[in-house]
Amino acid sequence: MSLPRVAIVDDHQLFRAGVRAELEGLVEIVGDAASVAAAAELIASTEPEVVLLDVHMPDGGGVEVIRRTAEAHPAVRFLALSVSDAAEDVIAVIRAGARGYVTKTISGPDLADAVERVREGDAVFSPRLAGFVLDAFSGADPPPSEHASPADLDQLTPREREVLQHIARGYMYKEIALRLEISAKTVEAHVTSVLRKLQLSSRHELSAWAVERRLLDP
Amino acid sequence: MMDAPAAQRAATPAPPVLRRDGGRGLLAGICAGIAARYGIDLLLVRIAFMLAALAGGLGVAVYALLWLVLPKSQGPAAAGAQPARRVRTERASVQVALGVGLLLLSVLLTSRELGLWFSDALVWPLFLVATGGALIWRQSLGGPSRPPTPPTNPTTAVPVPTVGSEPRAAPAIEYARRRLSAVSRTSLGVVLVVAAGLAFLQSLGALSLARDVVLAALVVAAVLAVILAPWIIRLARSLSTERAERIRSQERAEMAAHVHDSVLQTLALMQKRADDPREVASLARRQEHELRSWLSRHTATAGERRLHGAVREAAEEIEREHRVRVEVVAVGDAELDQRTEALVAAAREAMLNAAKFGGGTPIDVYLEAADGNIRAFVRDRGPGFDPAALPADRRGVTESIVGRMERNGGRAKITSSADEGTEVELVLEGPGR
Repeated sequence: MSLPRVAIVDDHQLFRAGVRAELEGLVEIVGDAASVAAAAELIASTEPEVVLLDVHMPDGGGVEVIRRTAEAHPAVRFLALSVSDAAEDVIAVIRAGARGYVTKTISGPDLADAVERVREGDAVFSPRLAGFVLDAFSGADPPPSEHASPADLDQLTPREREVLQHIARGYMYKEIALRLEISAKTVEAHVTSVLRKLQLSSRHELSAWAVERRLLDP
Repeated sequence: MMDAPAAQRAATPAPPVLRRDGGRGLLAGICAGIAARYGIDLLLVRIAFMLAALAGGLGVAVYALLWLVLPKSQGPAAAGAQPARRVRTERASVQVALGVGLLLLSVLLTSRELGLWFSDALVWPLFLVATGGALIWRQSLGGPSRPPTPPTNPTTAVPVPTVGSEPRAAPAIEYARRRLSAVSRTSLGVVLVVAAGLAFLQSLGALSLARDVVLAALVVAAVLAVILAPWIIRLARSLSTERAERIRSQERAEMAAHVHDSVLQTLALMQKRADDPREVASLARRQEHELRSWLSRHTATAGERRLHGAVREAAEEIEREHRVRVEVVAVGDAELDQRTEALVAAAREAMLNAAKFGGGTPIDVYLEAADGNIRAFVRDRGPGFDPAALPADRRGVTESIVGRMERNGGRAKITSSADEGTEVELVLEGPGR
């Protein structure tokens, strides 16, 4: 299998260089960009398979990059990369369409592994993201809203909850499959389903985060 | 009758030029000044002015003119009037305003004498407006609304020559008092201008009621505009810029101080230790924690210590002492009480074990508090061990985790294998839930 074609979008030159060095030989880097506008151009001209996306950038950040390019390039997948500890930032970029979120302290091989999984269409949840999602979906389930959102989008199934808890505890997908006595494919299906709920749910906590960041109209 | 002035002249030589004698005068010291200069009895001068004032207002006009023109006396006569002096300097604005009004009045009255007729309905309101307006505009545009430096000169906007040294109040009190008198002078001006508007309306009483109302509204609006515009503009401008600037510069100073104290120091330290990757990583990690907590202190509301914070603290401590990464993920939070404190202590013990025997692999801590139940997981990816075949010294540590949890109505479970490392699970179930 060929190496995944990757673009790096980050406004810190030092960080871009570091990621390049770490991913050397593990992926094919087609280019990097330091701003939203440059990123949009880069994605249009090179059509990478995976874009490593910084959450925080001066002119709108990762969310803006996804908004400008996702429609025209549906095959491009985004993996958010951030130093941010703030749940709202992370949830916002996931809701905009990123397939996963990892922290910038991730090791080179782990990052390459995450890129590979995103390329295959899976979701990549770091322990921290799993914690955020559990937090957002915890507490009382929302009352049935007048919106046309099916109720099952607003809550996690017990199995999905279990999978997320294991991710938060630091288990890899394979280990989770072993412990829950299900196949690795099923674990991935659960995670992808959680990602879908994260993006489509109108659950109050999720919308509130997005509105706070002025990503949606209230 | 001549004895008193004569005696006074002996004590204080007659001033060579005509000056206002504020020390002895009732209003501005014009009469007193004239009396002193030419050696006439003060009462006579005053009577003469009164008569002139009654005769077509000439006396008033002359008085006003002299007030504007004549300099203030600097002789010892004035210096002898210390108590009255402060009030007098404060009155400078009032005097100038009154002067402006009187000057206008004299012009109007004079032109009436010359046959150019203005109705009383116009003359008196104009006089009032001129006086009040002058007072307000002078007050709000005349000088800085607050002193750029601690006030050293107690005179107000109008620099009136002062005599001798005045007993000065403390700057703050002095400043507050001046603000107060400035406000009262402005109010006086407002009252005058409003009164002028009312007098004008009153004199037009013959007009129909409707027109009166419209006119009244217009006049009131015009009056308000005259009164408030300069004051509001100035106040808003100076207040907002000043406050914004102050906040900005404070933030900048704090940020700079912090960056200097922590980040730059750490960077310097890291350059020196560049040959020891573990030390560098540990330094960077510690600095990261420190910076994050500083930043979150700035954005989040500072709450009291709770379970999540306590576990995070323990994790950072282990990280510092054993140079191993500890990643804490928490869902929900709970109050700290005896049971949860025990859980924190057990979790800390578990992290310590993982740091010592986990072979330097990163430690994952997951804390979940929901519906009164609290669960914590501490996991490493080390070589693992058989809990049943522990050496005695490690069994003690294990007991301190399991035993501690059980004493507090919870439980602990340790699973370990060579493939998956070791995981300690701590559970506290909510009372009766």
